[in-house]
Amino acid sequence: MHVRMSKTGDVAQRGGDAEPLLEARGIGVTLGGHGILEGVGLTVAPGEIVTIIGPNGAGKTTLVKVVLGLIEPVTGLVRRRPGLSIGYVPQRMPIDPVLPLSVARLMTLTIRRPRAAVLKALEETGVGGLIDAPVQALSGGELQRVLMARALVRDPDLLVLDEPVQGVDFAGEAALYELISDIRRRRGCGVLMVSHDLHVVMAATDQVVCLNRHVCCAGEPETVSRHPEYERLFGRKAAGAFAVYTHHHDHAHDVSGDVVPIGERDPGHTHDHTHSRTHDHRHTHDHDHTHDGGRDA
Amino acid sequence: MLDDFFVRAMVAGVGVALLAGPLGCFIVWRRMAFFGGTMAHSALLGVALGLIVDVNPILGVTAVTVAVALLLVALQGRDWLASDTLLGILAHASLALGLVVIGAMTWLRVDLLGFLFGDVLAVTVTDIVVIYTGGSVVLAVMAAIWRPLLALTVHEGLARAEGVPTFAVRLAFMLLIALVISLAMKIIGILLITSLLIIPAAAARRFAGTPERMAVMASVIGAVAVVLGLHGSLYLDAPAGPSIVVAATAVFALSLIPIPGLAGRAHRP
Repeated sequence: MHVRMSKTGDVAQRGGDAEPLLEARGIGVTLGGHGILEGVGLTVAPGEIVTIIGPNGAGKTTLVKVVLGLIEPVTGLVRRRPGLSIGYVPQRMPIDPVLPLSVARLMTLTIRRPRAAVLKALEETGVGGLIDAPVQALSGGELQRVLMARALVRDPDLLVLDEPVQGVDFAGEAALYELISDIRRRRGCGVLMVSHDLHVVMAATDQVVCLNRHVCCAGEPETVSRHPEYERLFGRKAAGAFAVYTHHHDHAHDVSGDVVPIGERDPGHTHDHTHSRTHDHRHTHDHDHTHDGGRDA
Repeated sequence: MLDDFFVRAMVAGVGVALLAGPLGCFIVWRRMAFFGGTMAHSALLGVALGLIVDVNPILGVTAVTVAVALLLVALQGRDWLASDTLLGILAHASLALGLVVIGAMTWLRVDLLGFLFGDVLAVTVTDIVVIYTGGSVVLAVMAAIWRPLLALTVHEGLARAEGVPTFAVRLAFMLLIALVISLAMKIIGILLITSLLIIPAAAARRFAGTPERMAVMASVIGAVAVVLGLHGSLYLDAPAGPSIVVAATAVFALSLIPIPGLAGRAHRP
């Protein structure tokens, strides 16, 4: 699968593939006069895992909501394959303890399914034993698996996961990404997920869209990790840690500790890089204003 | 049987409590207690308007509470004003306006305490018919929107992504609250309606493992509170509304006593 960078930073259509499950083009969203997204595009093909990464406030969740039809974009359009069924796992799922709700009930809130089908989906994500547990008693990792099963019970063509490893410890995190790629392999569904984990996601994804209100860069993980915009956003060290990681697939757990949080990047270095690379970058992307906005935020 | 004012009050009160159960559960689940209180406070303005144009107070109250609910929907979600501030403004402004308007109508003798805290003596056979007819409508609509309302209570964005018409369902629910407030006003009084909605629901939580069971339990607890409260009101010569609320609170306090092995625990041991 070859990916080209188009002029607007879209992930270009891969030639010869089936009709994409989902295609978004030129998406612009403003909220209270502030630009949240500008000229964003992405494509998810059947059986493909596409990951949106980006710093806090980059508009990742907003983009997901646009794709799901929860937010109407000011510009651009979203095309879903006709009859596309989507399984969605939202970023946050706070359930008030005053609401008595079992896992089985949570799974069938908007869809009627026999108990056997519910159990099968829960077993697929490894939490079949929790079918009658109260939702409030679940741990972070259990809840994520239940929510994923909840999405699967709808037999989705496309899974949309907004930060699927939230509230999960590192070992659980790796296991969840493993589970996501298993599901994809088994069901052949497309996956669109949001994350701000860098290296682990990179290893478990086909396409990466690096978002900071606009698409900074997009493509296969290796390409993106070497892209100057990626380095600018996440710092050289993070990018470096990923580079090491890709060469030692067996040592995911050891290397992970080296990742530097976004806030800790060296501003001097970042600035330097931006200056030296901005020029050729502009030609690729064609949106100077967004860059400035992105830095201020 | 309905010749006796006390029996009339009891029949009407139990009817209101049965309605309050399922609605009250959703008010508790959706953290709308203050919202319900605001709509209830505005009911006095509805009473005043009803007196001015000389229609049944239930009509005036329904109209005003619906208007306030719509106003809240329109004003909510603006970042310059926190929603509890907005609710506080609307609750007290409408209550004050209602008091001012009623006070200005010097030619009318209005039993203000009766509207504020409920009036057992005033329940008529017509009231009972209205409560049970209106109540059937409320429960029928409630049953129809139960699943989508529960889905959007758990997660609104998720429900919408899965095809629930969230706006319509939310609006329908608010209209039901407005209707229940106007039906309950005579029994329990404007200032205490919210408590009949939330206290039985809160008391029911301990005894329920599913949303439906909690709704039924809330109705039962509310009905028990009405029976106890009205008897208390009769013997102590206390106003009906406060007596019912005290009884409901006593049941709630009892529900807090730890009983090992009780169903519907919120947390795994």
